[in-house]
Amino acid sequence: MSRPGTLTVYRGELRKLRAQKRTYLGLGAAVLVPIVFAVAVAIQPGEPADVPFGRYINDTGLAFPLVTLLFGSIWFYPLIAALVSGDIVANEDNNGTLKTILTRSVERSQIFFGKVIAAFSYSILAIILSGVVATIAGIIVSGFNPIPTLSGTLETPERGLLLVAGSLAVYLMPILAISSFALLLSTVFRNSAAAVVGTLMFSLLLQLVVIIPGLDGLQPYLLSTQFNSWQGLLRTPADWDPIIRAAWVCAAYAIPSLAIALTVFLRRDVAGG
Amino acid sequence: MSERAPVALRGLTKQYGRITAVDDVSLTVNEGDVFGYLGPNGAGKTTSLRMMLGLITPTAGEARVFGHDPQKSVDALADVAGFVEAPRFYPYLDGMTNLRLVASLDGNDAKSRIAEALDVVELTDRADDKVGGYSHGMRQRLGIAAALIRRPKLLLLDEPATGLDPGGMRDMRALIARLSAEGMTVMLSSHLLAEVEELCNRVAIVRSGRIVYEGELDELRAAAGLTIRLRTSDDEVALRVLADRRGISDVVRHGPAPIQFRAADEAAIGELSRALADSGALILELAPSAATLEDLFFELTEGEGDAQAEEKRLDELSDLTGGSQ
Repeated sequence: MSRPGTLTVYRGELRKLRAQKRTYLGLGAAVLVPIVFAVAVAIQPGEPADVPFGRYINDTGLAFPLVTLLFGSIWFYPLIAALVSGDIVANEDNNGTLKTILTRSVERSQIFFGKVIAAFSYSILAIILSGVVATIAGIIVSGFNPIPTLSGTLETPERGLLLVAGSLAVYLMPILAISSFALLLSTVFRNSAAAVVGTLMFSLLLQLVVIIPGLDGLQPYLLSTQFNSWQGLLRTPADWDPIIRAAWVCAAYAIPSLAIALTVFLRRDVAGG
Repeated sequence: MSERAPVALRGLTKQYGRITAVDDVSLTVNEGDVFGYLGPNGAGKTTSLRMMLGLITPTAGEARVFGHDPQKSVDALADVAGFVEAPRFYPYLDGMTNLRLVASLDGNDAKSRIAEALDVVELTDRADDKVGGYSHGMRQRLGIAAALIRRPKLLLLDEPATGLDPGGMRDMRALIARLSAEGMTVMLSSHLLAEVEELCNRVAIVRSGRIVYEGELDELRAAAGLTIRLRTSDDEVALRVLADRRGISDVVRHGPAPIQFRAADEAAIGELSRALADSGALILELAPSAATLEDLFFELTEGEGDAQAEEKRLDELSDLTGGSQ
């Protein structure tokens, strides 16, 4: 049998996630919210015309996942990501199990990276699941029809579906940055609730920073702004600038967060539990 | 001392701010030992064990297991298993899944030993129950099972019988004795002298983070001296007989309580009994004091007391044990 490593830890983390209620709470919400949104659209007239693609939800189901992404970026998806990422290290402290896993045959760094990959996997799954459910629910309610781009051109349903998939993929960048920040808080605070709430507050604060006079110049570099970068795909031709900027801005948030978390995790004394 | 000794602590120190939890501890656990790390709660036993397992970084000194430094790599723990404080598991998983999880982190063929380990700790019937529903004793046993699946050469156990009922304590001690008989080196921390006396061949006594004695338990018993309790038909006469007698020392009498004294050896007691009979003080009770080792333990570990008196006592111990501390 091969020597255990990061992949072994990752599989173990998935097994633990499968057995925890909070995993299903997050995934359940990721599925339910688009369904509730679709039902609301189906039973009452009107549309959220003040957001991009909001006015198209009665024309094409492909607008549903995009509108869900826009609404979800304020706190809903960051919360779902933080539910697991903010807990995945801290719950070892809460259970006192850090000493149990750190005295086996895997290095601390391998345990940390196994947890990071598991937290990322969960966040990716939640976004994809939510996007797929929103697309299916939208198509049921409003049909599989062409979708107008932000440039005013009309895309075929098939190409529209590809653009939705691409948008979800781009949306994962800020989500994984949020997950990284939650992992940092989870490692530093050693308390799940503090890490989840702290991540949510961080996300909300970033949304508010731009309303402070004189700080609007920061907007392109705020994590909250990157939640809208996927809209570059829905222009004709595609505008890659916001997407490229999102890639490095998100990395600028995620990499230091993970680096600090790893350093703390490697150096910390495991004195509790 | 072998450089590859199961445990070798050299000047091990851990400070938390101004508090020194472990203070310049040096000791060696040899292969085949059942080593008792004995001291009152808060003496620094658990902190020392955590450093041996690489969970805590020493402020100074080093802890080596089989010659390797657990601070550098978890590879140092290849032949080591155990737990500090109560063993902890995921309460939302059953016992079997918990063991599979930790066995997967061990690699090799650890998983194949799960059934056997569960059998050894008699948890096979409860393996499919969630650990959240386990009693304290069952968790302790699961902790032992989790250690056994690593097939360790050194077992580190922190207060293994704490929180167990009398039956659980008996079973735990029987298990440790059996593992030792099978060749495993065991180091266990305890605040229970009786537990250490029953299981261990060597002992270190720790007080306020410092080792105040390390050596064979038998030597410690000898060092404690043969304290004898004496009641006679005429204690006044008996006290005169005891005074300045060769091989007899530390004669004390508190009110109506029996006279107590220390005897250098059994021959001194034999001669004393004849002298007492000759003097007319008939012996009503002449017995070794069962509390001797316990008294010594408390003397070594309790209160700050008179530093000079303690120093003198330790010097005496050192002389009697050949300077093993």
